[in-house]
Amino acid sequence: MQAEELTNLIALWVPEQKPGISKQYPEFILPVEKLLEVMTLLKENSTTKMDYLFCLTAVDRKDGFHVVYHITSSEFLHSAVLRVILTDKVNPIVPTVCKIWRTAEYFEREVFDLFGIHFDNHPDLRRLFLEDDWIGYPLRKDYKDAFTLER
Amino acid sequence: MYDFTALIGSITNLLNETFSPFWAGLIMMVSLGVALLLFYAVLGLYLVYAERKICARMQNRMGPNRVGPLGIFQTIADLIKLLLKELIYIKNADNFLFNIAPFIVIVASIMAIGSIPFAKGLQAIDLNIGVLYILAISSMGVIGILLAGWASNSKYSVIGAMRSGAQVISYELSVGLALLCIITYAGSMQFSEIIASQQDGWWLFKGHIPAFIAFVIYLISGTAETNRGPFDLAEAESELTAGFHTEYSGIKFAFFFLAEYMNMFIIAAIATTMFLGGWLPFHLFQWHGFNRVMDFIPPVFWFFGKTAFIIYVMMWFKWTFPRLRIDQLLALEWKYLLPINLMNLILIAFLTLMQWHF
Amino acid sequence: MEETLLDIDMQEKEEYIINMGPQHPSTHGVLRFETCLQGEKVKYLIPHCGYIHRGIEKMCEHLTYPQIIHLTDRMDYLSAHINNEAVALCIENAMQVEVSDRVKYIRTIFAELTRIASHQLWWCAFGMDLGALTTFFYGLRDREKILDIFEETTGSRLTQSFNTPGGLMSDIHPNFQKRIKEFITYFRKKLPEYDQLLTGNIIFRERTKGIGMMTKEMAIDYGVTGPSGRGSGFHCDIRKIAPYSAYPFIKFNEITLTEGDTYSRYLVRIAEMWESLNILEQLVDNIPQGSTMLELKVIKAPKGEFYQRVETARGELGVYIVSDGGPSPARIKFRTPNFSNLFVINKLAAGHKIADLVAISGSLDLVIPDIDR
Repeated sequence: MQAEELTNLIALWVPEQKPGISKQYPEFILPVEKLLEVMTLLKENSTTKMDYLFCLTAVDRKDGFHVVYHITSSEFLHSAVLRVILTDKVNPIVPTVCKIWRTAEYFEREVFDLFGIHFDNHPDLRRLFLEDDWIGYPLRKDYKDAFTLER
Repeated sequence: MYDFTALIGSITNLLNETFSPFWAGLIMMVSLGVALLLFYAVLGLYLVYAERKICARMQNRMGPNRVGPLGIFQTIADLIKLLLKELIYIKNADNFLFNIAPFIVIVASIMAIGSIPFAKGLQAIDLNIGVLYILAISSMGVIGILLAGWASNSKYSVIGAMRSGAQVISYELSVGLALLCIITYAGSMQFSEIIASQQDGWWLFKGHIPAFIAFVIYLISGTAETNRGPFDLAEAESELTAGFHTEYSGIKFAFFFLAEYMNMFIIAAIATTMFLGGWLPFHLFQWHGFNRVMDFIPPVFWFFGKTAFIIYVMMWFKWTFPRLRIDQLLALEWKYLLPINLMNLILIAFLTLMQWHF
Repeated sequence: MEETLLDIDMQEKEEYIINMGPQHPSTHGVLRFETCLQGEKVKYLIPHCGYIHRGIEKMCEHLTYPQIIHLTDRMDYLSAHINNEAVALCIENAMQVEVSDRVKYIRTIFAELTRIASHQLWWCAFGMDLGALTTFFYGLRDREKILDIFEETTGSRLTQSFNTPGGLMSDIHPNFQKRIKEFITYFRKKLPEYDQLLTGNIIFRERTKGIGMMTKEMAIDYGVTGPSGRGSGFHCDIRKIAPYSAYPFIKFNEITLTEGDTYSRYLVRIAEMWESLNILEQLVDNIPQGSTMLELKVIKAPKGEFYQRVETARGELGVYIVSDGGPSPARIKFRTPNFSNLFVINKLAAGHKIADLVAISGSLDLVIPDIDR
């Protein structure tokens, strides 16, 4: 499926989506409440079949936390980038997609560990890399500690 | 030629004439014990050395080559190191059992050595149930392993010990049955008589195919009984770190280590005695010239040569095969080796009854 | 009487939990499997990682792009060159510069050599995991030849850091091509030995066939890529899907098997070594002339977001750079192959014996610093 078709399809499903800045893959900025619905459609629709989530991460930007999903189809090999923007920086919550792609479970744990973004309905949301009693979320831009490498 | 009976007999007479029977017996026992212990230690060290050299050869390596010419003193240096090492005591271990376990293992293997015939007359004790004695004593070692695993209070050790228990008890059957085949042929359990019955040919050759099958089964199950690779599940260092001896250090660890090698020697020595004619030289048909030349080689050399060959085969197993899994190991014994062995035994009984063996 | 720790644990939970790791011979690094056993059988296991978490992604936010490359060596140290290449490609892609064909060829040759060296070390360690100790020395003997080639050109054996945005650190050594050709003929003779020693062994086959079955759907669902995924029939070779460097210029096969057990993952890697030799043969004589370094005044990614996928020896490595136009990225994310490959192990090992757990984790070919970053 070409990028244009995909754009049209997603515009049909979610009229309120906005195109993203990436030129590499077709990118869509979705509202949080529509995320799960669109993801499920993308995976199960017979023309998209986005069955492989190859990257899930978060970015700390000025307008909030961006959670970025890179997905692709193992059959048709077309990819897409989906993005949700969480404007609430204190207590960001986003629904989990680990029911759709199992690999998301651990990507989400990593994001929770390093950004403090809560994933709703996640089966096992614990810290992954840092110790359980670690204070703060290191990859946030406002994170400060004694050993930071900032110069 | 090369008969030690007269020599040993004259020493016994000398002692009996000089001392009272009590003291003569005591001196005999002590000197024998010391001799066996020394033999045990030296042989154990050089088996370790041999294993290291052989495995190095198989792995494109040099092996030990720094201490002494060709590294022959390397294992002695290692022994000194192990002697000087700190013994680690474990807080929650059952200390009494923990300390006694290595001794049980090593005593079992020392006792077994006593009845092995190295040459004619060169045998500490020639019991009339020698085979049974060795089977009984060598299976005592597993008690030490079980105790070591249990008393260490370490989870890996317990798994290792349980594996070892299951393994040794299973393979004990095959070892026993394979030896029973030869006992059936020879009609005796006494080592000297079994060797005497091979005067005109080794049981491996004159026992038809069943004897050969018994030999192969004995080698497999003997290797398994010593907990050596590919049957080293009790240690399985990639799974259980070191299995039952994970928590041992210093000389206590060395005891386990030495016992493993000596068990290998005992298994090989019994195989030699039962199947390959013990210290008897190799004779070929009626080639009297050839046979006479063979007779000139002392029986001790024959014995150790044959034993070394079998030990080499066992090392060869270890360094080329991957390890079995516990269920495969038990399936191999109970589903294959044991039924084959039982059929084999019936066949041999029939052959013996009909006097069809050579 | 004082109760031992063992007793308390067993009474309270009625479960026999052992910790495999962080120091354990079969986890190949500081990884911990909290394994619940029922006899010899694994009921479930929980992987705990983070023992070697160095915060590479956080560090990168304060480093310039050429500096970042040196950190990526330390993620998957067995495919160090390919990690470098991924970052270099991503930055070049962002700056919209094109490196010369010479650079592309040399990078690909290095990548394939790295892949062979990595698979060799995996073969060594896999044999060790199964208790075949001799494999270790066979594999290392041959790996040494590759490391010597690396050392001659880059001065370093493991973490080469030979790439830089816009090219290579230096030109290749005059002996480079000769030695690679020697290596190809040498290793073509030695690879059959691997099969003789391990592949054909009956115990080895019994230990690996039908163990740790992973279906294609499972591989995709868990994002298991690389040889582990291809052993299940998941066509995930980035060299084919999104060709980069010199891969568009050459012919090679993507090796996939459909069985999905430990044995097929093993066979995929052995076949990949043969295939890498074929790739090397196509490349080594055809290195075009040209410069090995672009004249870049400043190395800065423009404002935007860039993603680069490459195929390391263990699977798909993704580099995701978010740039504000400065000399260092606003956020860099490494989507490392081992991270996704690790977590499927619970599904694969549950219900198998503890010895199979070791075989399965060996067949996934985990490099722990790559998981923790």
